[in-house]
Amino acid sequence: MKYVMLIYQGDALERQAALPEDEQKQVYADYQGVNETPGVTSGPPMGLAENATTVRVEGGKTLTTDGPFVGMKEAVGGFFILEADDLDAAIEVASRVPAARYGGAVEIRPSEVYW
Amino acid sequence: MVAALERVFREEWGRVLATLIGFLGDFDLAEEAAQEAFAMAADRWPRDGVPSNPHAWLMRTARNRATDRIRRERTLTTKYALLVAGNSAEVPMQATTFPDERLELIFTCCHPALAVEAQVALTLRTLGGLSTDEIARAFLVPEGTMAQRLVRAKRKIKAARIPFRVPPAHLLCERLDAVLAVVYLIFNEGYGGRDELAAEGIWLGRALAELLPDEPEVHGLLAMMLLHDSRREARFGDGELVLLGDQDRSRWNTEQIAAGRAELDRALALGGRGPYVLQAAIASLHAEMPCDWAQIAALYGELGRLTGSSVVELNRAIAVAETEGPEAGLRIVDQLGLDDFRYLHSTRGELLRRLGRTDEARAAYRRARQLTDDGAERRFLERRLTELAGATGPG
Repeated sequence: MKYVMLIYQGDALERQAALPEDEQKQVYADYQGVNETPGVTSGPPMGLAENATTVRVEGGKTLTTDGPFVGMKEAVGGFFILEADDLDAAIEVASRVPAARYGGAVEIRPSEVYW
Repeated sequence: MVAALERVFREEWGRVLATLIGFLGDFDLAEEAAQEAFAMAADRWPRDGVPSNPHAWLMRTARNRATDRIRRERTLTTKYALLVAGNSAEVPMQATTFPDERLELIFTCCHPALAVEAQVALTLRTLGGLSTDEIARAFLVPEGTMAQRLVRAKRKIKAARIPFRVPPAHLLCERLDAVLAVVYLIFNEGYGGRDELAAEGIWLGRALAELLPDEPEVHGLLAMMLLHDSRREARFGDGELVLLGDQDRSRWNTEQIAAGRAELDRALALGGRGPYVLQAAIASLHAEMPCDWAQIAALYGELGRLTGSSVVELNRAIAVAETEGPEAGLRIVDQLGLDDFRYLHSTRGELLRRLGRTDEARAAYRRARQLTDDGAERRFLERRLTELAGATGPG
């Protein structure tokens, strides 16, 4: 079963920046640990939401706006793909993503399967 | 005959459905097959007699219905392969004993990835065997809304692959809490007067206690439900709410009190001291004459430390008021930040009334009335306000 794991930072980046150095190192180590988990295919590193450009097409006209589609705090901060047996296994991996414990969250979206 | 059939159906529905889901890996297919098998039984059994092993008959029939359906829908090739594989392993399906997978089913239905109202609906539909319409009526929502809720939940179980299994040891404790919360919620929904839901909660509690005989909290929950429910007849007189102290004890169900205490003893023997066990112990003390309020206050204290709940603290205040007087109870109540909780205000009203502080009591009862929907509880508050008005003039 394939899951798309969306990471939302919420307040996590600010909170992590305020951590003592050894705890910050732990955050990096934990992301590394998630990336090295069997079944995980990490997504490309995602830049800041404030540098996002949002595109709409209305009446054939392309409209661009500065910033993410949703609010800055609600924007997706990163993603990875997980191949896992079931939702419980995906929840276990999600709970190890540092953003989830520093005020952000991980959203688990099953990848659609046709059969 | 009809009553006997209903009893068999009631007992068998959850068990048959659980085994079918485990076997087919598909809620909808399993439900359709089970429904067809039960319909055939309802048609044939009154005529031909109930088979010697109703469970095996229902299982075989349902499995055959599912096989036929899948053969007709050839495109579902993977499922067909699964069934063929199942057929080649005839032994367990032909035998008179089928695996009881109700526990797997209830843990799936109460998975935290589903919204609580969906967990409740799904549990009642699958384990309890209630129809969508019955569940909708019990929760006072339109049938279409309830049907949609069930469809969505089943779709998510499939799409997100919520596992059909009893959680492994490291997850069991927290997942069991979720299951118990759903059963308690169903019971509690019925406690306000909708008897069928209270009975449903107890029925599910009994099934759980049978399936998880070594879990003290399971017995604790069942004990608590039995003990509370034993006073159901006495809680209402002519449709009006009667408080514990004013209840006619001859209307308490003594058999059920004994059954509740037996469950409580079992929980305590297993070393249980969790929230449901404590609540059952309190309910057991409430059923004693005279009531040991000091002991009840101590148990509420323990429960409060465990749960950190202000509502528990409010209950402790009531017990303290009985042993140390209304003033002591009021001191606890006035420290609680539960301004939108109707029972905080009705409790304050009662304690102030006992202290003879009539004006304040009236204000508190009015606030409680504001927060209470129409029904027996609201009429009770109206009566209190009328009595207080009689004491000092119009309220």
